[in-house]
Amino acid sequence: MSVNDVRDQLAASALERGDSTGAAAMSRRKRLSRRELYTRRFLRNRPAVAGLIIFVMIVLFSIFGGLPAKHSYLETDFLNLSAAPSADHWFGTNNAGNDLYAETVHGLQRSLIIALIVSTGTTVISAVVGAAAAYFGGSFERVVLGVIHFLMVVPTFLILALFSNRSGGSWIVIAVIMLLVNWFWPARVVWTLSLSIRERDYVSASRYMGVSGLRIVVRHIIPNIGSLLIIQFTLGVVGAVLSETGLSFIGFGVKPPDVSLGALIGSGADTVSSAPWLFYFPAAALTLLTVSMALVSDGLRDAFDPTSAAGGRA
Amino acid sequence: MTVTKIVGLPQSGHSDALLAVRDLRVSFPSEAGRVDAVAGVSFDLQPGRTLGIVGESGSGKSVTSLAIMGLLDDAASVHGSIRLGGRELLGLDDRAMSRIRGKDISMVFQDPLSTLTPVFTIGDQLVEALTIHGTMGRRQAAERAVELLRLVGIPRPESRLKSFPHEFSGGMRQRVVIAIAIANNPQVIIADEPTTALDVTIQAQILQVLKRAQEETGAAVIMITHDMGVVASVADDVVVMYAGRPVEHASVYDVFAKPRMPYTIGLLAAIPRADRRDAQPLVPIQGNPPILINLPDQCQFADRCPIAIDACRDDVPQLEAVLNASNDDDDGGGHDRDSEHQVACVRAAEIEDGGTIKGRPIFPVPEIAASDLAQVPRGERKPVLAVDNLVKEFPLLKGAVLKRRIGTVYAVSGISFDIREGETMAIVGESGCGKTTTLLEIMELAPQHGSDIQIDGHSVTGLNKREIRTVRRDLQIVFQDPMGSLNPRSTVFDLIAEPMRAFRYSSDKVEKRVEELMDLVGLNPEHSDRFPAAFSGGQRQRIGIARALATNPKLIVLDEPVSALDVSIQAGVINLLEELKARLGISFLFVAHDLSVVRHIADRIGVMYLGKFVEYGEVDAVFEDPQHPYTTALLSAIPLPDPVKERTRERILLTGDLPSPTDNSPGCRFVSRCQLHQSLEPDRQARCRDETPALTGVDGVHVNACHWR
Repeated sequence: MSVNDVRDQLAASALERGDSTGAAAMSRRKRLSRRELYTRRFLRNRPAVAGLIIFVMIVLFSIFGGLPAKHSYLETDFLNLSAAPSADHWFGTNNAGNDLYAETVHGLQRSLIIALIVSTGTTVISAVVGAAAAYFGGSFERVVLGVIHFLMVVPTFLILALFSNRSGGSWIVIAVIMLLVNWFWPARVVWTLSLSIRERDYVSASRYMGVSGLRIVVRHIIPNIGSLLIIQFTLGVVGAVLSETGLSFIGFGVKPPDVSLGALIGSGADTVSSAPWLFYFPAAALTLLTVSMALVSDGLRDAFDPTSAAGGRA
Repeated sequence: MTVTKIVGLPQSGHSDALLAVRDLRVSFPSEAGRVDAVAGVSFDLQPGRTLGIVGESGSGKSVTSLAIMGLLDDAASVHGSIRLGGRELLGLDDRAMSRIRGKDISMVFQDPLSTLTPVFTIGDQLVEALTIHGTMGRRQAAERAVELLRLVGIPRPESRLKSFPHEFSGGMRQRVVIAIAIANNPQVIIADEPTTALDVTIQAQILQVLKRAQEETGAAVIMITHDMGVVASVADDVVVMYAGRPVEHASVYDVFAKPRMPYTIGLLAAIPRADRRDAQPLVPIQGNPPILINLPDQCQFADRCPIAIDACRDDVPQLEAVLNASNDDDDGGGHDRDSEHQVACVRAAEIEDGGTIKGRPIFPVPEIAASDLAQVPRGERKPVLAVDNLVKEFPLLKGAVLKRRIGTVYAVSGISFDIREGETMAIVGESGCGKTTTLLEIMELAPQHGSDIQIDGHSVTGLNKREIRTVRRDLQIVFQDPMGSLNPRSTVFDLIAEPMRAFRYSSDKVEKRVEELMDLVGLNPEHSDRFPAAFSGGQRQRIGIARALATNPKLIVLDEPVSALDVSIQAGVINLLEELKARLGISFLFVAHDLSVVRHIADRIGVMYLGKFVEYGEVDAVFEDPQHPYTTALLSAIPLPDPVKERTRERILLTGDLPSPTDNSPGCRFVSRCQLHQSLEPDRQARCRDETPALTGVDGVHVNACHWR
């Protein structure tokens, strides 16, 4: 028995207990729920808390940042072409006279929506498909794994570029296609993890009790890989933002008049020496978004991991 | 924290103590506060002696040993003093400790499967242990390695040096670990539950190897265990720990014959005995060990102690020498302070030798109603489960892409038995003998060709999926690991309701039934919205039992239901099972490796060896008169919680391990390890090897599969 085992066991029994002798202890100490426990462990990680605050501010900015703006992102100001940041145009304008502040707010919103849809979708699809493949096994598992392995060797980024270009840069089409080419990597990870959960006694117990297969997958397998899914979701947001940005940067993503962060950075990169603000403002927004999300997922991982340093010191 | 004084240590060996631990305190951080895992342990260890540290899980015994080894986590805080031959070990840095670890103090861990590095040969690992301290060259070390392996009883040591750990069985690996531990002639060997992961027959071998290693090196041994039988077998002195504190410290004979601490008395009363039929139910200790956080300054056992008085809650009782009150005829009634026997109990002086106060037992014996069915003769009761010629074979496959069959594992080969109403049947045997496979095969309800399973008189062969599901209502299972068998993310209510929901009970009925069941198994129904993590091991097992009872089954299959529990908790669960059997008339099919538990709870027993019953019959008949040589050896390997009996009885030590179950040639499967076989004349030996023995004897009462018994 390692020290960590001892400690976890002590901590586990110390945290939540209710019984005849424990009744006295119960009244003395409030029981920590799982959520409170994870919150506390998360809050111990300073960078993660900073990341969370930045992320919340970015989200608020993308939703409400448009309210104080003096211009719409569609409006062009012919008197100020490629103007540097000023009292009228906070972030400056581009060579067509669009207000960069309004464009950044809108682009951030676009990128975030795409990222959230893609990340939520991939997490749900991968969880259900991966866990079901692991639990049911047999030919179903073989077919699912065959599809996953096939998709892994297909150059998905090219397909993505092709379809999004053809669709004329509609962000919905981009989100759907990104979903379709992103779900299988996590699905394979979920499958591997579910394999070990399938062997747990409570799964066989339910099976021997006559519980149906799909119900076992949803009630017993998926909740027990929940921590992985949450982390996968946060990292998925980062990944989706980056790949959407990448697409838009090379011109296969969101097309004008719609803007996204990637499109802004892409056009800003061309004029980085003559009009540097066109590059730096959207780039800063992107960096803040991805770094904050990475910090949050790092903190979540530590909070869920019983062996991490989030337990504090004696 | 209060400052405590060290009082009343054994006077005998202050000067010649090899290892002196004084007021050791270890704390860990946790979410709920500081955990005081060890709170004031002191003892002296003399050369060549064995100190047994016993206690339940969480009592701080392993943490004590890790503190001595200097292997605790950085987050832990350690106070007190640990002196090895006069040198203070606490406060030494990792480098300095590394020079002591393995050379002066070495350790044998619980799990031999994970203590050896899988990528190096055991020869490399032994040589590393020998050369790391710079006392020996490689060539010399290689010679010494052979010697050591021979010492711990590994056959053909020269060639085995080149083997990797996975080529050894668990018992053999533990021998290698012991060889590494004694490699540098350490002064102290710490054995932390060295036999807990092993079978009884292997346990007996390993204890003997440890004893031999101790004789060879003259080392002092600290034996950490929860098994009172092991303590009775090997220890000279015993420290009983509870909630991080030592509560009784005495010679092994005193602890078992004259315990003075109510906790020790309770622990001893809670152990079922394999060597006699218990006439009365086991005596569980009520409640659970305390959480080691912010403990009040009082006797930590007071909350569970039936004789606790107000004085128990005033202060932490210190270990004090026992007043020998009961030796009236010794020297005219003079009170003789027995300095070797120390107890931390304010009422120790009142307690008499049999665990009584003024003739009344400290722990009242619980009453369990007798079953009505017990009156009905067995032949007139209906069989709830009949298994006929159960066979389970797994193919041995080889090849990565195209799998081809290269052999067969004969996990279960043709066992037959039946269980009547209100009866408990137990299957015992070493791990790997096929007992769990038998259970799972019954639970699958899909017998292989040629076998048949009948539930409540109806055969399950040829039933479709829906009919099988209906049969499941009569057949439920309780698993060994109470944590593993409960989904940690479901509440207790959902867990118990699950089988009922699967059979579409109405939600009103489910709610009522859950409450009723929790009450029945001794849980507070108000706790139904909690998660399993909020319950202790024993309570989790009760949840598992409540869930199994939910659909009113006729038979419950139990896979080692108490082996993961502490003794004091185990007794409560065993009593619960007996009560359920009596009140509800349920039958149990019970798989266990702990023969003492089986003796206590079972009506009938099947002894299994390599997929076959070698002996089958009524439990008393089998235990009183074991006929098959394997049963005899198995029974003699159980350590008894009685040092006098344990050290005087003759033991049959089985040699070797369970052979591979892939061989299906005729002959007795036990022949390679049989002690009877070796004593036979050659022509009779030939019969053992060539002819498969059948179960013979008084049918239905006691049968065995040996040609000569």
